[in-house]
Formats: sequence, C-alpha cells, structure tokens
Amino acid sequence: MTTPNADDIRAILREHGRLSGDASALSDDSDLYQAGMTSHASVNVMLALEGKFDVEFPDRMLKRSVFESIAAIRSAIEELQRG
Amino acid sequence: MADPDLLARADRVAAIAATYAAEVDRDARFPKEAIAALKAERLLGAAAAVEDGGLGLGMGDLVEIGRRLGQACASTAMIYAMHQIQLACLVRHGRTVPFFQAYLRELCKEQLLVASVTSEVGTGGDLRSSRCAVEVEGDVLKLRKEATTISYGEHADALLVTCRREPAAPASDQVLVLLRKGEFTLERTSSWDTLGMRGTCSPGFVMTGHGKAEQVLPSPFADIAARTMVPYSHILWSGTWLGNATDAVNRARTFVRAAARQTPGTVPPGALRVAEVAALLQIMRAQVLEVAEECDRLMTAGDDALSTVGFALKMNNLKITASQQVTQICGLALGICGMAGYKTDSKFSIGRHLRDAHSAALMISNDRIYQTNASLMLVHKDA
Repeated sequence: MTTPNADDIRAILREHGRLSGDASALSDDSDLYQAGMTSHASVNVMLALEGKFDVEFPDRMLKRSVFESIAAIRSAIEELQRG
Repeated sequence: MADPDLLARADRVAAIAATYAAEVDRDARFPKEAIAALKAERLLGAAAAVEDGGLGLGMGDLVEIGRRLGQACASTAMIYAMHQIQLACLVRHGRTVPFFQAYLRELCKEQLLVASVTSEVGTGGDLRSSRCAVEVEGDVLKLRKEATTISYGEHADALLVTCRREPAAPASDQVLVLLRKGEFTLERTSSWDTLGMRGTCSPGFVMTGHGKAEQVLPSPFADIAARTMVPYSHILWSGTWLGNATDAVNRARTFVRAAARQTPGTVPPGALRVAEVAALLQIMRAQVLEVAEECDRLMTAGDDALSTVGFALKMNNLKITASQQVTQICGLALGICGMAGYKTDSKFSIGRHLRDAHSAALMISNDRIYQTNASLMLVHKDA
C-alpha cells in the first residue's frame, strides 16, 4: 500500500490536473479548481489517484470538496486505506 | 403539491402567452405581453427568498410553472426558465453579500428581468471556460465580452456575465459579474432568424460593461455552475420542453377525439398512436419530476450533495433524454394530426412545437454532454 504524501499527489496533479501554473508551487491547502483544474481534468486526477494508491473512491466521495486541495485528497485516500 | 393560487397565476400568464405565441414565432419578436404578465403576477421573483420579496419556490414548483408556460409558448417559458436560473445563482451564491441582497430586493420589488451572458466567441460553447476577463482597479470594474448569443439581452434589466477572474487567470478560473441597466451597452453582431425559439431573441453581441468591484459574485463560477447553474438549467429547461410536448399531445388527442365523434362505435386509427404517444409523455413527465424532486431533496441536505458525480450524471441524462423525447413526441403528434398538423394556420398545427423542440438537443449540444458523461462514468461506481 502506498501511503499518500503530498509530493506524489502533486506529481499526479502536474501530469493530469491541467493546472495553469506549476504544481510544485501549490500549498497543501491551495484551491485546485482556482488553480485551473476543470471538472474534466479532475476525473483524470481521480483515475490516476485510484491507480497510484490502489483505492476506489466510492460515489459518496465523488464531489468537489474531496478534490479541492492536496490536503483534502490526502485525507480522503487515508480514510479509504484505513478501510 | 403547488399552491393553487400560484398555479392560477401561472395559468393566467400562460393564457396571455398562448394568445401571442403564433405572432411572436412568426415575427421572431420578444413576447412582451407574456413577460409583462409574469411581472404583473409577481412571478419574476419566484426563485427569490420570501424575506427579499420573492416567492421562495423550490425546484418542483419552478418546474411546474415552466411546464404550464411551455404548453402555451416555448419562447416565453424559456425566458422565464433562464431568468429563474440567473436569479437562483444570485440567491444561492450572493444573498449573504449586502450588495447582492439589496439587488435581490430591488429585483423582486421592480420585477426585473435578468439575462445570461455565458457564451463567447472562441470558447467552442464551453460554459466552463472564458476568454474575457474582468479588470478591477480600486473599486471599479470593467468588462468587455464578445458573446455569440445573449437571449433577450435587449429586453433585460440586468446581465449576469461569466468571465475570467482577472486578466492573468486561466480560462477555467471564472467569476460571475452582475451588470445593471445603464452599466452595459450591447452592440449586435448577428441576427436571430432561426428555425424555432424565435421569441427568445438571442443574437450575438459585443457587450461592454462597467461597475463597482462589489458586483462580482464572491464564489468561484466553478462552484456556482456545479451547484446551481447546471442543475437549474437542465431541470428547468426540461420542464419547459415537457410543456411543449404536453401541448402537442393535447392537440393530437383533440384531433382524434373530433374524428371519433364523426364515427361513433369505431375507434379511429389515430387513437392507437395517441395511446402510444401518451405513454411516452408519461415517461418524460416522470423523469422530469423525479430529478426535480431529488434536486429539492439534495438542496435541503446541503450544497455539497449537488456536486456529486452521481447527481451530475443524472441531470445530464435528464437533459439528453428530455431533449430527445420532446422532438420524438412532437413528431408523433404531427403524424396523428396529419395535414391538419402540418398546416401552420390550423388549430391542430404542430409546426411551431416541432421547430421549438429541435432547439433542445442543441442548447449545450447533447454530444458535449455525452462526452462529459463518458468521462464521469469512468469514476462513478453505482449503476
């Protein structure tokens, strides 16, 4: 099981988030949607996160607030990995 | 169940809309009589809070009014729907801000009509991306937008405009700006001579506006779109299409009934097709009501519930299927009425219904929505 760290999440955002700026400049609490992530890009981010961390986001987690920042994503993955 | 007084008010407006529907369609003119009636019945404040002078209606009631108007005149119904969508954005995302609360009170008191400026040259019809940006200097803002279409823009008291947050912002980092009469000018860039929905008067314009910095809604448009504009649009539009389909079926039923009276004892051949189209209409109505009720439930539960992938798929599916059903149902109604339906000057004419119905699949193209759904389906788990 890969423990989620902010750098891994940043790397996924860099590759799939279609952010307007550099993902490394994002703080853990930066609003990803304001940083240019569209809802279409967020689907690709979700898929990449599911692949990387070997989790499945249940439907109840598929909402904006779960993917709005690196910190929110990390805590969602941690919750799923705890089972 | 909606308040009978409310429905009576909607029906009075619908009666006026029906009187002028053919003329509005023929001349592609604004349905000024019906909109004046909406104002006289105080229905332009339908989605606003009661404390602000509105009616505080939820989705179910808003849909029912739109459906009744849609039975009379699809253009009037769509103008009503678009206005309530803008109003809902202001109510749900601006009401806690003194400037917007004051505006909402003025809107209800004066029964002001708000138009939407989301389309833009060069964005390929993508609601969630803008080229133009609001420029704020001190407490003053200015904004210029080349819109491919602004429905009833020349008749509106205010515009709600999407744009980028600032000149350096990415295309998807958008905000909504309210511009009131006197704060914007419109320079028409195209015509509006269309197959249907002719009364919405929706040509392209270059819009130039200025105002105060406080006229920018504080929430990101991404949030407003997901939680309000898209749900209200898909559901209220579908409600107006349901009205159009209902009237087409009513005409077909009246036509067949008249034939049956000529030959008591034998069921006219068209009666079979009426039975068929009535079943389709029932399915369409059930879909619209189900999603409207779920939306009301989710809004009570809290806004985050509206932003789930599951609900997004459901709303998108409603828009796609309702837009297909309305054309299918109007087409069947034409078949039943035959030449009487094909004539434009007969009381069984289905021409306007059918022409108006064809706009449904195009306003936000169904293929674009299917593309979004295809991608959402990759992460959505429930069947």
